[in-house]
Amino acid sequence: MIGLGQFLEVLFSGLLSGVLYSLVALGFVLIFKASGVFNFAQGAMVLLAGLALVRSLDFLVANGFPFWSAVILGLLFAAMIMAITAWMVQRFVLGPLINQDGLTLFMATIGITFVLEGAAQMIFGSDVYPLRLFPTDAWFLFEGNFPGGLLVSKIDVWGGLIAAVLVAGLAVFFQRTKTGRALRAVADDHAAAQSVGISLNWIWFIVWLVAGLVALVAATVWGTKLGVQFSIVFLALKALPVLIIGGFTSVPGAIVGGLIVGAGEKLAEAYLGPFIGGGIEYWFAYVLALVVLMVRPQGLYGERIIERI
Amino acid sequence: MRSPSGPEIAAGEVLLSVEDVSLAFGGVKAVSGISFDIRKGEIRAIIGPNGAGKTSMLNIINGFYHPQQGRITFKGETRSKMRPHDAARGGIARTFQNVALFRGMTALDNIMAGRTLKMKRNLFWQVLRVGPALAEEVENRHKVEEIIDFLKIQDIRRVPVARLPYGLQKRVELGRALAMEPELLLLDEPMAGMNLEEKEDMSRFVLDVNDHFGTTVALIEHDMGVVMDLSDRVVVLDHGIKIADGTPDEVKTNQAVIDAYLGVAH
Repeated sequence: MIGLGQFLEVLFSGLLSGVLYSLVALGFVLIFKASGVFNFAQGAMVLLAGLALVRSLDFLVANGFPFWSAVILGLLFAAMIMAITAWMVQRFVLGPLINQDGLTLFMATIGITFVLEGAAQMIFGSDVYPLRLFPTDAWFLFEGNFPGGLLVSKIDVWGGLIAAVLVAGLAVFFQRTKTGRALRAVADDHAAAQSVGISLNWIWFIVWLVAGLVALVAATVWGTKLGVQFSIVFLALKALPVLIIGGFTSVPGAIVGGLIVGAGEKLAEAYLGPFIGGGIEYWFAYVLALVVLMVRPQGLYGERIIERI
Repeated sequence: MRSPSGPEIAAGEVLLSVEDVSLAFGGVKAVSGISFDIRKGEIRAIIGPNGAGKTSMLNIINGFYHPQQGRITFKGETRSKMRPHDAARGGIARTFQNVALFRGMTALDNIMAGRTLKMKRNLFWQVLRVGPALAEEVENRHKVEEIIDFLKIQDIRRVPVARLPYGLQKRVELGRALAMEPELLLLDEPMAGMNLEEKEDMSRFVLDVNDHFGTTVALIEHDMGVVMDLSDRVVVLDHGIKIADGTPDEVKTNQAVIDAYLGVAH
């Protein structure tokens, strides 16, 4: 029998790694809410942001900049890259496709994915680049209560803190600012939003920019944990079951969905793994998503789909 | 007909004029060769049977549709193509036939959204909510409260609009348009689906908006009684063609109008 100490340790590390899924899922939700576009490229955006950050950081440090000023400049550079990406996506892909079917737009974002992945690696290189923004060692807590204590990895805690700040920031932005109000307006009704003087092109640029910045934040944490490398794109796919569980249109849904997936897969691995042969972590989230789809297709926090006929 | 303003308006300054405008969707002609004008300060009605092209006309005026042919002059500026947010910038506000509110938001937020163009502070200050951005938010909130008082919807300002009854939703939508302080207000069937009492309320609001704020109003309406009471001048469309234009009394007695509404034996 596995002890309470280990249960807590597994649960905690699961919840915190779930936060990282949430960070990516957030980017999806933002774009989906405001424009109804399912942005397949969110993972590629994390890769691009991560590469831009780590490569500019390495360059600056190699040229004698002190570490923290290099970090700030690197973050600014990566943010600028994301802004340019947002502008180009809006100008050359989504702008011309305005009023097209959701499936068309989704296909377009698959195209964007390949372009971003290719361009990012062409410009910034395709190796594994270590990023050291946050401490990666671990704490051992409650050593008095449990033998050996509870192992909590610092990077996971940082990830949790950053996600909390990010969500609070987004909440203020959406609820309290004119631009946030305009974003919600566009999400609710395009024609009405235009009639009060909101430009759809401008709003969609802002949405992609915000999603790009969220991708950058996710990249800082993911990159520190795993190194900035191409496989980040695949990790981003974990955001899909997170979205299905939490609901595509809900920011809290993305957070809770991430926590459920993170904790669920780690616990399943620890407790079911020995019986059915391990590797559960890789498919658990998708099975959970399937169950949710059958029971509650709109997800835990999604809007009820009611259609009048 | 509202007698006092009648003769003055007839001589008034033209705010918007539509000349020889045609719009077709594929082979279907929505409007063809329509010309009329809207004068400053008047209430102008656009009427006609279903499918006459009334809503298309409104959509052309505020830039949702771009006519294939014809010219539109607003405040002395002629243009063939304009996007809806440019129309809003120029001072044209509108409501929609099927209430188009931001359903996830409260009545207050909906009306605040109407102030979008009046708020100039950039994103950075907005997020921080300090100094000029806060002052701006407060100032615009005052203006919105005035509109809320004017429309007598104080008690529902915090209610998400999706939960409001239809009549009140229409009123919130009018509030959102008024928040833009428009020069030209386009109302697409403001009384549709309302009971008698709600219709009377809405008629009074339209008249008050016109009187107090001096806003020029162009409205589409099916209820003939309402149209005759409210409007200074009426333009009548049928099958995308203008069949009459004049004061309510002139239009009422026009044979083509009577035929269009009652049907005529060919």
